[in-house]
Amino acid sequence: MSQFLPEAIQSFLPNVIQLIYLVATGFFIVGIRRLGSPATARSGNQLASIGMLIGVAVTLFDQEIISFEFIVAGVVIGAAIGVFAAKKVQMTAMPEMVAVFNGFGGGASALVAWGELARLNPTMFDTQSLITTGLSILIGSITFTGSFIAFGKLKGFIGGGRIALPGQNIINLVLTAVALFLVGWFTIDPANQVIFWSLFGLALLIGVLTVLPIGGADMPVVISLLNSYSGIAASMAGFVLGNNLLIISGALVGAAGLILTNIMCKAMNRTLTNVLFGAFGGGEEGPSAIGDSDKTVQQTFADDVAIQCAYAKKVVIAPGYGLAVAQAQHVLKEVANLLENKGVEIKYAIHPVAGRMPGHMNVLLAEADVPYDQLYDMEEINPEFASTDVVLIIGANDVVNPAAKTSPGSPIYGMPILDVDDADRTIIFKRSLSPGYAGIDNALFYSDKNQMFFGDAKKSLQELATAIKELD
Amino acid sequence: MEDLIFNLFIFVLASFIGFELISKVPPTLHTPLMSGANAISGITLIGALIISGATGGAFSHWIGFAAIVFATINVVGGFMVTDRMLEMFKKKEDDQ
Repeated sequence: MSQFLPEAIQSFLPNVIQLIYLVATGFFIVGIRRLGSPATARSGNQLASIGMLIGVAVTLFDQEIISFEFIVAGVVIGAAIGVFAAKKVQMTAMPEMVAVFNGFGGGASALVAWGELARLNPTMFDTQSLITTGLSILIGSITFTGSFIAFGKLKGFIGGGRIALPGQNIINLVLTAVALFLVGWFTIDPANQVIFWSLFGLALLIGVLTVLPIGGADMPVVISLLNSYSGIAASMAGFVLGNNLLIISGALVGAAGLILTNIMCKAMNRTLTNVLFGAFGGGEEGPSAIGDSDKTVQQTFADDVAIQCAYAKKVVIAPGYGLAVAQAQHVLKEVANLLENKGVEIKYAIHPVAGRMPGHMNVLLAEADVPYDQLYDMEEINPEFASTDVVLIIGANDVVNPAAKTSPGSPIYGMPILDVDDADRTIIFKRSLSPGYAGIDNALFYSDKNQMFFGDAKKSLQELATAIKELD
Repeated sequence: MEDLIFNLFIFVLASFIGFELISKVPPTLHTPLMSGANAISGITLIGALIISGATGGAFSHWIGFAAIVFATINVVGGFMVTDRMLEMFKKKEDDQ
């Protein structure tokens, strides 16, 4: 669009564009900063989107851009799909959505590097551009296919368990080494089509093979990691184009993804290596000592739960993904309201891996109008269980399993959990005694402080709400 | 090679800023943070614009076009869905 500007301005244009990119960078940094507190988060996201708009708008004035047909068509199609997806998606499906968006972001970065290579004569590229083109294609392609496999796993199209060839880990390591070698070769001989396509194809394959063996329970880690990759891929594309805005924004996202990956690993007491190459997480390898006949559980019903809660001083609710699957968040909120009207103090205990991605449970409860100041992180709520009368555990299992503290042989041993057994009474809402997502039996079921309220979470909560109303 | 080193400085410094900014985010906001960051990674759209609009063959224009579609889905969808989530976060006072 630069041709519409007066010639006097045109000579300054490249510098002006760079300076406006700097402004956009500022918007991103302040935006992410404001995402750090619930009160300012929405404005933070809006600032970041304004930064993006500024960056895109000013790029259209780049003197290199001479035709707009493809740009207009691409933006219109992409925006239409984006708006449709963002409006339609259920909050429970947020991990899938983020995975898909991630995949598109990573794919776009790989395409940008490829496009730049196709546009110019590869022999004109200097070494730095060639290395980063190779890396951009490698990381972007891994992100692309990896994200779509993660999507398929979350959706249940692909088995949640471990799908692996024998020696899968060694195969993956060898393939990654070969891919890096191909990046090197490509740098030396960029015009060689065989090398280029081998690199591209291998990168796509690595994305599939590394995510495929990872169990469903580890998906929060994988999504965080892929998020980081998509940022790094954008950064690499920035190196190729010599564009600071891309380098900086990509680095910010890469850092964000790495931090979240680290938090998720800690929450599950796993190392990243263990998630990527370990066997646990699929379920079928859990111990089979489930439902031993000599262990007994106490069963309870809505009327009794209603009385125990209504006369309690403090009730803590520990929700898990099962709550969201049963679509029971709104009924839960109703129960909480009824109890609050009776003067009961209500808090929600949120384990970091309560949902299918970091912070997922908080979003699901926010959707049901639970105020965020009632949501407590694990570290905040754990000291409070000792002074809690009743804990309602709904659709959660592994995150309250005392085996994580007591049995060194358990696959979840060492994982930080909600210390619900410190409370006077725990009540587990569950369909049956079946084990959780990780496939491990739960000793809490058989504790004499615990009662089981069997049934579908939503139906049970509806019964509970009715029972509390009848107490008046 | 000087460019590469200069760009590496920018990359590393920006990563440090990212670590500083994000380590302060409370777990409550991790999902919106991730989807917001995800939208920002769609910044690669800028590169896509140049490739599909600049001189080059039809082939590179088509690659650029695909990149624009992908990146725009990422950007537009990402920011919108983040806004949808954050709209739901309310304090107790304005609950009613």
